[in-house]
Amino acid sequence: MATEPYFVIPAKPGSSTVTITFEGRKIVVPAGISVAAALLAGGVGVFRTSIVSAAPRAPFCMMGVCFECLVEIDGISGRQSCMVPVTDGMAIRRQEGSSALDVSEGAKDDV
Amino acid sequence: MQRTDMYTHREKRLTIVGGGLLGAAIGYGAAKAGAEVTILDQGDNALRASRGNFGLVWVHGKGTTMPPYVDWTLQGLRLWPEFQEELLNRTGVDSGLENPGGFWLGFSEAEVEKRATALEGINKNGTKVPFEILDRSDLRNYLPGIGDAVVGGSFCPLDGHANPLMLLRALHMGLNQLGARVVNGVTVTDIQHDAPDGRFVAVADDGTRWSGDRIVLAAGLGNASLASHLDIHAPVLPTRGQVLITERLQPFLHYPTNKCRQTKEGSVQLGSTAEDTGVDDGTTSDKIEWLVRRGVETFPALADAKLVRAWGALRPLTPDGYPIYQESERFPGGYVVSSHSGVTLAASHAELLGPWVSGLTQTPPEFTSFRGERFLDTDSSFSNGY
Amino acid sequence: MTSETADLVVIGAGPAGLAAACEARELGMSVVVLDEQTAPGGQIYRNIESVTDDRQDVLGPDYVAGQELAAAFRRSGAEHCGGATVWNLTTDGVVDYIADGPKTVSGKYVLLASGAMERPFPIKGWTLPGVMGAGAAQVLLKGAGAVPAGPVTMVGSGPLLYLLAWQYMRAGVRIAVVVDTTPMTNYLRAVPKLPGALAGWPDLSKGLKLLGALRKGGVKVYRDAREVAIEGRDAAQAVTFRHRGGRIELPARLVLLHQGVVPNVQLSMSTGLDHSWDAAQHCWTPVTDEWGRMATSSLYVAGDSRGISGALASAVQGRLAALSIGQQLEKLSDLQTRAAPLRRQLKRYMAIRPFLDTLYCPREIHRVPTDDDVMVCRCEEVTAGQIRGYVKLGCLGPNQTKAFGRCGMGPCQGRFCGVTVTELIAKERKVDCAEVGHYRIRPPIKPILLRDLSAPKDEEP
Repeated sequence: MATEPYFVIPAKPGSSTVTITFEGRKIVVPAGISVAAALLAGGVGVFRTSIVSAAPRAPFCMMGVCFECLVEIDGISGRQSCMVPVTDGMAIRRQEGSSALDVSEGAKDDV
Repeated sequence: MQRTDMYTHREKRLTIVGGGLLGAAIGYGAAKAGAEVTILDQGDNALRASRGNFGLVWVHGKGTTMPPYVDWTLQGLRLWPEFQEELLNRTGVDSGLENPGGFWLGFSEAEVEKRATALEGINKNGTKVPFEILDRSDLRNYLPGIGDAVVGGSFCPLDGHANPLMLLRALHMGLNQLGARVVNGVTVTDIQHDAPDGRFVAVADDGTRWSGDRIVLAAGLGNASLASHLDIHAPVLPTRGQVLITERLQPFLHYPTNKCRQTKEGSVQLGSTAEDTGVDDGTTSDKIEWLVRRGVETFPALADAKLVRAWGALRPLTPDGYPIYQESERFPGGYVVSSHSGVTLAASHAELLGPWVSGLTQTPPEFTSFRGERFLDTDSSFSNGY
Repeated sequence: MTSETADLVVIGAGPAGLAAACEARELGMSVVVLDEQTAPGGQIYRNIESVTDDRQDVLGPDYVAGQELAAAFRRSGAEHCGGATVWNLTTDGVVDYIADGPKTVSGKYVLLASGAMERPFPIKGWTLPGVMGAGAAQVLLKGAGAVPAGPVTMVGSGPLLYLLAWQYMRAGVRIAVVVDTTPMTNYLRAVPKLPGALAGWPDLSKGLKLLGALRKGGVKVYRDAREVAIEGRDAAQAVTFRHRGGRIELPARLVLLHQGVVPNVQLSMSTGLDHSWDAAQHCWTPVTDEWGRMATSSLYVAGDSRGISGALASAVQGRLAALSIGQQLEKLSDLQTRAAPLRRQLKRYMAIRPFLDTLYCPREIHRVPTDDDVMVCRCEEVTAGQIRGYVKLGCLGPNQTKAFGRCGMGPCQGRFCGVTVTELIAKERKVDCAEVGHYRIRPPIKPILLRDLSAPKDEEP
């Protein structure tokens, strides 16, 4: 599923890293960068599929304007990966179409 | 309605002032019936109630103080499915009608009780509008995920919803295909009668003149000042409604409710406020927050949805909230129509009012209830239900 | 409700916002700066406080110059609220925002300094993975030190594109090709503006140096390219364009597009105050007085969100706005004396703009797609042909086409289709963009989680 990365982040000796997962695959990235940067350097080609035609999409603006970089982060869908910094253990999934709400019994009580 | 034979030889040129859901539906029906329709509509930034419509196709709870309006609305619901089909076949645009039944939701026992009494009142001379009163656990069978703040509600199997914007586009495409003329960017300020250039002449603020044999005023709030030119009393006043629209979401809400509905596209609409703010169609943060809180109380899972848009629009309301449908006695062929139920009544407006304003059918007897003079009765007081 | 007040609330911590905050603090005003990013700098000085030495070297001296401003801001005593999403704004200075829950701050005055965004580049294939803005790639460089993994194809026109190419060269990135879409005719049109631009000689010579460096670096450049399209089914595979009468197709996996930036006017438009169409920069700008004040409201605008002017001019505009606000608040009595040197600076920084605007004015075919299948609204996937169809149905402006076809209803709230739709409708109707108008922007100014708005609030006493 991983593609040849579009970007690389040259390693710096001694700098700290975190481990995230995308669709279960582990990716080690520098701490402090955005999720979008991490995924682009981690061999993720398609971040989401579009809502109307299910076409593949990936980040376009990297500054919170275009909403092309939406992914599911730690169970919450529709998050702007270019605006969210990576944290260790973060679980990221591709966003397929529109976001889903959990309306099952029990889900409602945690609000 | 009964058809008259006065139409074949004269009076085919029909001018409609207003291209919103009301004017477009009437124009569409009239064009189908053979009228030569010209619709005069304002520009890109006009005050447009049709854009702020919540999209319910709805009867239950309406007409508590005017039985003929219940019948009129029921007739509108009956005509909708066939109308939707016909419009879809003609234009390829889906107005999005679904009528799985609709829920009214209450946040207190007292509110639900009051509701039950009102609904029973509508049916006091025999069941017109079938309904059920439900408690929270009943509701959850239909509306999974409903919040604990909702204590109960009512259900009516006749109700449903549609997409107001797609309906408007379908009507305009239909008008286009039927050869009707829609002229945008025209603000009509005066109506002249029996001028040298036509029996009814709509005069715009830029001086342009639009003549026709018949005229319909469907100008929303504009009717308040224009109707007097036809010697009709139409005291239409703005009531602002703010609605919220979320991002598109996977389907989870399979029935429309009075406070919240999910569109076919997936976005959830939360509505609505009723505010007396004059002609200000803006939005305010306090009302937005209030609608959000109420939405999240209704469906707690909505907390994880994103709000994309807040919208303010002005409902053109008469003092009692019921419509005005009236032909001028002093200027026959001139009509005033005011209704804020442009979606629920779309089929009736097209199929029944279209031929009526074209002079093809006689005024239905029940329309005596919908005359504007009712607001001149100094012994009556009115409440528009908002 | 959590509510506080300040003499000045600044929205945006780029050069205009930071400079305004510093100036206002010097005049003794209380200042709150709200910014979507966690650290000050805006897009131009993104990550300026924590950038590493080697990356500074790659990014160059103009970027590093932002360090001084950021440091002055930190010393100024202005309250910095990072990670704040402003979602509502009134003309009398009330700002609603989300930062760990819903908050409100009332400014006696509010300065909007929301900067710029890349101009949309609506061409075939621009939605494919592997295609992004050059500005986006620069954000990756500033924020993460990320550079293209393989040869990169750079397409378009304008200083940012050349600057990024230069930065990539310094970082050792292989640039496959630069497809320069600047029309040759623009050079002729720009010549008469050159004498005026000479007052901004440092800027001009910097630009020339960048281009010279590219040439020396052996980067293949196609000039005067047009009708660019990106081919590929599920990702970019090739870029095609017309060049000297022939059609060229080059394999391309990563394509960076750029044709200038436009003011981010979402905030100012949401107030309903007047904006006008800038026919030279092909974008909307707020109508302001000479200090940046919008009508008689409590709102001022400075920097690129008032009209593209660049980092240095933006900072000066920020200071001028702060001075004018200072006068309103009776913090100074010698406005003109203080403003005079700043005005001279501003004049110098702005001298090059007419030249740049003319030279890098993007081609019409890259702004207003003639191909009906080109996606105009990326969110709701509405094409140029569909918009034209709605105009044929009688739509006069973008609010009507939005109602008919959902164009502009998605999460980007019309940011990425706004100028395109206005220009498309204007061309189809054969009228001016000013007559067509723009989207009516409604709150929330950014999409926000309902959770954040419904969170319990601290009640006012």
